[in-house]
Amino acid sequence: MATASFRVWRGDAQGGAFADYTAEISEGMVVLDAIHRIQAEHANDLAVRWNCKAGKCGSCSAEVNGMPRLMCMTRMSELPLDKPITVEPMRAFPLIRDLVTDVSWNFRAKMKIKEFKPRKPDAPDGTWRMAQEDVDRVQEFRKCIECFLCQDVCHVIRNHQLQEDYIGPRLFVHTVALEMHPLDTENRIADLKKSQGLGYCNITKCCTKVCPESITITDNAIIPLKERVVDEFYDPLRMLARLVWPDSKPPG
Amino acid sequence: MAEYQTYSHDVLVIGAGGAGLRAAIEAAAGGGKVGLVCKSLLGKAHTVMAEGGIAAAMGNVDDRDNWKVHFADTMRGGQYVNNWQMAELHAKEAPDCVRELEAWGALFDRTKDGRILQRNFGGHRYPRLVHVGDRTGLEMIRTLQDHGIHQGIDVFMEHSILTLLKDDGRVVGAFGYDSERGRFHLFKAKAVILATGGIGRAFKITSNSWEYTGDGQALAYDAGAELIDMEFVQFHPTGMIWPPSVQGILVTEAVRGDGGVLLNSEGRRFMLDDIPENYRAQTADNEEEGWRYTQGDRNARRPPELLTRDHVARCIMREVRDGRGSPHGGVFLDISWIKRKIPNSEQVIIKKLPSMYHQFKQLADIDITKEPMEVGPTTHYMMGGIRVDAESQESTVPGLFAVGECGAGLHGANRLGGNSLSDLLVFGKRAGAYAARFAKEHQFGRIDDNALETASRTALEPFATNGAAQVESPYQIQQELQEMMQDQVGIVRMHADMERALEGIARLSDRARRVRVTGNRQYNSGWHTALTLRSMFIVSEAITRSALERRESRGAHFREDFPGPDPSHAKFNLAVGKDSGGGMQVRQAPIPEMRSDLRQVIEEMK
Ligand SMILES: Cc1cc2nc3c(=O)[nH]c(=O)nc-3n(C[C@H](O)[C@H](O)[C@H](O)COP(=O)(O)OP(=O)(O)OC[C@H]3O[C@@H](n4cnc5c(N)ncnc54)[C@H](O)[C@@H]3O)c2cc1C
Ligand code: SF4
Ligand code: SF4
Ligand code: FES
Repeated sequence: MATASFRVWRGDAQGGAFADYTAEISEGMVVLDAIHRIQAEHANDLAVRWNCKAGKCGSCSAEVNGMPRLMCMTRMSELPLDKPITVEPMRAFPLIRDLVTDVSWNFRAKMKIKEFKPRKPDAPDGTWRMAQEDVDRVQEFRKCIECFLCQDVCHVIRNHQLQEDYIGPRLFVHTVALEMHPLDTENRIADLKKSQGLGYCNITKCCTKVCPESITITDNAIIPLKERVVDEFYDPLRMLARLVWPDSKPPG
Repeated sequence: MAEYQTYSHDVLVIGAGGAGLRAAIEAAAGGGKVGLVCKSLLGKAHTVMAEGGIAAAMGNVDDRDNWKVHFADTMRGGQYVNNWQMAELHAKEAPDCVRELEAWGALFDRTKDGRILQRNFGGHRYPRLVHVGDRTGLEMIRTLQDHGIHQGIDVFMEHSILTLLKDDGRVVGAFGYDSERGRFHLFKAKAVILATGGIGRAFKITSNSWEYTGDGQALAYDAGAELIDMEFVQFHPTGMIWPPSVQGILVTEAVRGDGGVLLNSEGRRFMLDDIPENYRAQTADNEEEGWRYTQGDRNARRPPELLTRDHVARCIMREVRDGRGSPHGGVFLDISWIKRKIPNSEQVIIKKLPSMYHQFKQLADIDITKEPMEVGPTTHYMMGGIRVDAESQESTVPGLFAVGECGAGLHGANRLGGNSLSDLLVFGKRAGAYAARFAKEHQFGRIDDNALETASRTALEPFATNGAAQVESPYQIQQELQEMMQDQVGIVRMHADMERALEGIARLSDRARRVRVTGNRQYNSGWHTALTLRSMFIVSEAITRSALERRESRGAHFREDFPGPDPSHAKFNLAVGKDSGGGMQVRQAPIPEMRSDLRQVIEEMK
């Protein structure tokens, strides 16, 4: 059976280094399997997150050969085995231990976004009617598995550490999903501009490239949001409307 | 005594899947202070993996559907050993629970007139599963999570509970540790809800994640609560089998609901050959009729691939055993054949089953729109669990509630697909409400320092540097247990095998005392695995003892030495509890006689 060598980051907030391991490789194996093999055979205490092993839960995010990936969806057969495979934690977040990072900021930042607020039920049975097409338009954004890989590569977080004033691509996707929800009546555009840092994004598209759910984060989520900001804040009519109806959607 | 932090809540919910989240939201609605603890990050629990849908008799697609049909389907699927009162509440309340989810932002697929669309699933007479493509669980957990975080609930992510604490016969708190640093935490509570999910990790081939070690069942058992129906473990007929690293990962039943057929190596659609008597009236016996059913023809009967999971799983085992299996020891599941029926089949398949399409493409190099998949049975769901009162979900110990997969009763001997997600909503809501009420009527209890002392000392044993002559690895013990349970207490069971399994469990738990781990308490996976072994032994033993005791075959429980059902066994559930000497005891718990109006419903629906 073939073997592969790995360089896996071992360490905690105080510091760390790559450690070398080898693992046997069998057909169809993914990087997460190799990590589990290393854990069972050589490093019982190796820290790694995972749940579903099928790309559905977004737990196993890491940087494999420098690329942000889900370990459970990265086949060994797509990697060159002639040199060691490096496996590192997501570098944008504080390290807890080995491959596990502190992603709690993402959960805190989400709480800043105004929650779903439906219009009054308007169908005779006390619920709503919605067209499949309207639902379909939003589903792309609701596929998000919260793996935070997009947050990991976004330079505003990774290099500039602007977490306090910025919510990042994952949460722009979340905001779009709410804004485009056929029943939602809330307006989140002012927050995006004032406290959530939409303006920091300069459309590098790095986030879109790494999204395992193939969500076109930049083109379909961020750019439309930016256009909404422009419409609402720099369109002279809207600017006037805001003076008259502060904090709400103008009628019509 | 080791150091620990202390928190106090009116209601403590252990587990943040659909059941735990729904319960926490309801408990918080009453104004009480609620804590929510889970082993993983928020939104990563098993519920996120559910694919097919939520069963609720809304009648949007077929207006002949109503709670009575759903009730009768659930009871028939469970082979009549279900808690019929739960089955009634579930069938009646599921539609409102779905509407509630929609009001919190869930977006389901729609009918032409804009209502919630419903799909066919095994054992359900009419199209009943509310869904979003094949990622319904994600929609459900994210909706509950995003609603829940605004309800003032204290969330403790990556915290594991090790033991429940009692005072004067009542549960008054829980004690555990956090993954990040391995520090101890005491959660005082007036009422505790267990929502910890299943036990799939006790078996080798499973669709379940590392979290499913049966913690809730074991915590309850140790606290003196009764477990029931532990012999009923669901083996889902279609798990991936190749390549080896994906073995066990689920292939949703929706593939069959949307027209997928099962074929053996001879290309024969073998399910047509084996339709059980009690399902004959509702099952298509030819290809044409089965296809029409999947395309929404109200007068067609459903294809035999949608018979109950236990039956389909055994038919697959038989094909493999008799030499008609696929190259890697399963059978073929083919959805690509529908190209013979409809022009744009590829787009239809990708639209209806997007995550299956990606799963096979990425993990197995198979394009399901063009070629068949290879599938075989996988350990999937635990029908058994903590015995609860139907209305309130309270266990047999005061102040302790249980809900979701770790609870038991609704599904009897076999769960129908989709009936779990609805179970989480209906009874999650109920558990939250009743636990909040219990909390209002009670004060905080006294915490027994000795219990904390023992729990923390036991938890730290794997770090001990002395004592163990021959050190054991937690992963090794876990793996041996899984292999043994798979072989000896799996899909086909025999008395002698199970007797051997009991000895095996005893031997392994003996060895487990010598488990030692390296490293420190910070996010130490080896240590975490060591700490779940105890739960796995308790549930494995409970499954085996119950399976030995049920000397018949019923639903998911199949005994080669008693291959048929025995009507006298339809009158009881098996209940597992701790006897005064600390040993495990199995007793027959008679099933209360069904209300006559419900009996009549079942007669009408036969
Ligand atoms: C692949 C797959 C597909 C499925 N598809 C469907 C479907 O289409 N329809 C359907 O109805 N059902 C389906 N099921 C079944 C259904 O998803 C589960 O039964 C259900 O989600 C269980 O929910 P739960 O809330 O009880 O538990 P879970 O969602 O598993 O949550 C359990 C929670 O308990 C926590 N926990 C466990 N132990 C401890 C501890 N010691 N301390 C602290 N926290 C703890 C975990 O961290 C987790 O948060 C599917 C299951 C799988 C695996
Ligand atoms: S496109 Fe914007 S959000 Fe995405 S990575 Fe670049 S800067 Fe960040
Ligand atoms: S948008 Fe994509 S990359 Fe970002 S968290 Fe969601 S799934 Fe992950
Ligand atoms: S383990 Fe769930 S996405 Fe990788």
